[in-house]
Amino acid sequence: MEALEIFLNVNFWAASLRIASPLIFGVLGALICERAGVLNLGIEGIFVAGAMAGWMAVWLGAGLWGGVAVAAFAGAFFGLIHAILTIPLGLSQHVSGLGVTMLATSASYFTYRTALPDVSSPPRIVPFQPLDIPILSDLPFLGPVLFQQTAMTWLAIILVGVVWWVLNRTPLGLAVRAVGDNPDAVDAQGLSVYGLRIGAVVVGSSLMALGGAFLTMSAFDAFFFGMINGRGWIAIALVIFASWRPGKALLGALLFGAFDAFQVRLQTQVGAFVPSQIFLMAPYVLSIIALVLLARGADYPRALLKPWFKGQR
Amino acid sequence: MKKDLVLSLNKLSKRFGKVIANDAVSIELHRGEVLALLGENGAGKTTLMNMLFGHYLPDSGSVEVADSSGNMHPLPLGNPQAALAAGIGMVHQHFALAENLTALDNILLGSEKLFSLGRNTSAARAKINGIMERTGLTAPLDELVGRLSVGERQRVELLKALYRDARILVLDEPTAVLTPQEADALFKNIGAMTKEGLSVIFISHKLREVLAFSHRIAVLRHGKKVGEMETAKADQRSIARMMVGEDSPVTKREKLDPGKPVLHLNAVRVTGKSARNSLHGVDLTVNAHEIVGIAGVSGNGQNALAMLVSGLVSPDEGELSVEDNIITRFNPAAFIKAGIGRIPEDRHHHGVVGAMSVAENLVIERLDDTEVQNRGFLRSGAIGAIAEKLSKNYDVRGPGAEAPARLLSGGNIQKLILARVFECAPKLILANQPTRGLDLGAANEVSRRLLEARGRGAGVLLISEDLDEILALSDRVMVIHDGRINAANTTDRQAIGMMMAGEAA
Repeated sequence: MEALEIFLNVNFWAASLRIASPLIFGVLGALICERAGVLNLGIEGIFVAGAMAGWMAVWLGAGLWGGVAVAAFAGAFFGLIHAILTIPLGLSQHVSGLGVTMLATSASYFTYRTALPDVSSPPRIVPFQPLDIPILSDLPFLGPVLFQQTAMTWLAIILVGVVWWVLNRTPLGLAVRAVGDNPDAVDAQGLSVYGLRIGAVVVGSSLMALGGAFLTMSAFDAFFFGMINGRGWIAIALVIFASWRPGKALLGALLFGAFDAFQVRLQTQVGAFVPSQIFLMAPYVLSIIALVLLARGADYPRALLKPWFKGQR
Repeated sequence: MKKDLVLSLNKLSKRFGKVIANDAVSIELHRGEVLALLGENGAGKTTLMNMLFGHYLPDSGSVEVADSSGNMHPLPLGNPQAALAAGIGMVHQHFALAENLTALDNILLGSEKLFSLGRNTSAARAKINGIMERTGLTAPLDELVGRLSVGERQRVELLKALYRDARILVLDEPTAVLTPQEADALFKNIGAMTKEGLSVIFISHKLREVLAFSHRIAVLRHGKKVGEMETAKADQRSIARMMVGEDSPVTKREKLDPGKPVLHLNAVRVTGKSARNSLHGVDLTVNAHEIVGIAGVSGNGQNALAMLVSGLVSPDEGELSVEDNIITRFNPAAFIKAGIGRIPEDRHHHGVVGAMSVAENLVIERLDDTEVQNRGFLRSGAIGAIAEKLSKNYDVRGPGAEAPARLLSGGNIQKLILARVFECAPKLILANQPTRGLDLGAANEVSRRLLEARGRGAGVLLISEDLDEILALSDRVMVIHDGRINAANTTDRQAIGMMMAGEAA
């Protein structure tokens, strides 16, 4: 059957990994925040801000890695707003997160429009190019799949390992996991609950922004309105799918990427008989089904969503 | 015997709004000493200890702590890190442990350099093993805390403090969650620790263990220190009088012959989500004029039993009958109609609707009574009158019958529930942890009312983790362990404790 031949296609697997890359950044970022006990629904807007800020920096003359740094900084900024509102002030994490999404999205569009009032088609930059590593790239099948990717995809994959190491093998990660389970334990041991949580949200948010920057600086070469298109929300869902573990987060993002790449290819084969919207919808429907199956038994960080105030126990 | 001073609290005062939690309290602690801090709920014990540990900042007063060579230094207040550094460790009633970390990680949390690339725990392990050997405190270091028993968790808390070189240990109601054996083992460990020069302050409600294990007793009442004595010169009666300020009435149980069965469980099996919510083949009878006490450590199926007798779950196998009728419909409303009154364990969440008024909460279980409603409309005048009468009879104190129930204190919420339950003259009363967290006065009132209902002819199923309460009130004692209920056939604390721990008596 033709539909199954898609899986033997190098381009399909390369596309899956490309589609997964921004989600890997997003899931890792959301995972860090939630492991510390803070849900960050600002993610969708932080994606937009990262996409815009990174692209804009490069367009204004910064290097590509300079753009990545600017994107991370923009993410950290909006993350800090969310952190201050929800951690020392203890406001609703849902409300603050949605507010940050709206603020970051609007601020990004506003900046873009103000900086480029007259353009009709989005200006382009020279984005990251596929990394060609000699010998390795010549491997059959795996070579083309991996080495069609840019440095940012590699960064995403490396970050999975880094986040895993920090969370599971360092005293800092220990403290972050503890503060997401029982802030009283952290406080009783003389560590700062606020400091750990704010730090986690700021770092997590800058990773989210890198997911946005991937879209304008690696997958595409320009910034469009509406280009994030719910990727942030997908990342939030994938965190639950991943049960807050970096390795599973990578798996979840790849799975979603594969769904998405598969539906595009399936469309060209049977698109004449089935409306295209069905295909566009498929990855999202599958994520909802996966969530319904998995989220019921999910082991949430115990202190997730619960504000903690010093001196109240 | 004159011992070295290690800690002195000087005239500590703290007020919260209008309430004076501590009024110029001074306490001294010596090296190797075990001091018991006693007082009713709200007497200010926990506030005092939280000030010592830096969780609260006192309004006035000072604290001095001895360093390792015995010289006294003032302790910076309101700073937990300073307290830790000065060698003060605190074990809270609600454990400050992260359940998703191992015991070892919980102990090390905060003691390592935060920003480092990896961890080396071998030195820490060696130190902890040394502490475990010297004190007899053992805990599986590599197990997740979420999987440990309550006793093990408490030992992890103690190890946490000792690992940080605590010389002064503060324990807030350490035995509240332990079996009698675990409690005795804890005090044995404490004994070993004090021999090494550690000093301990423990907060307790249980006079028995205070008399058995402390060297000195300090009593707080209404935020003031009202007495202090050597344990050797104290007895239950004198301490109780000091705590409540008067002689507390001793609950007397007159002898009554049991009547006909009001509740009978025949080979009942309930399969819950976890072991703690399951019952495995339970036979149980409660007769009229009888209080049956169910002793056990929490999480052994008490919850399933209470839900079953409230009609919240139905058995998978077996029968439940009230008087002579086998119940087939498991539904709380049907159970109330059948004459079962419930005093739930979590009185704040399951006992009252906090947002509704005291009056509404008092009549909420009899809304189809025409005294309360008329063709579907509430008779607010009549409800107000009922509320006024019941509040007076049951001494429910608070901001009034129209105020939301959540504004009442725990003791008054319990009295509200008693009023609601007893006013319906139930045949069977399910009392689940009826005195937990209540002060002596309110607890005595609950005991008195339960005995009164028994005298009237009701059967009482009393589920409690407080063995003293069970022994004082029950005609028959049963022990629940791992979803099975067996008759104790004895009133010996040790034997019952063995059964609670699952060992054949």
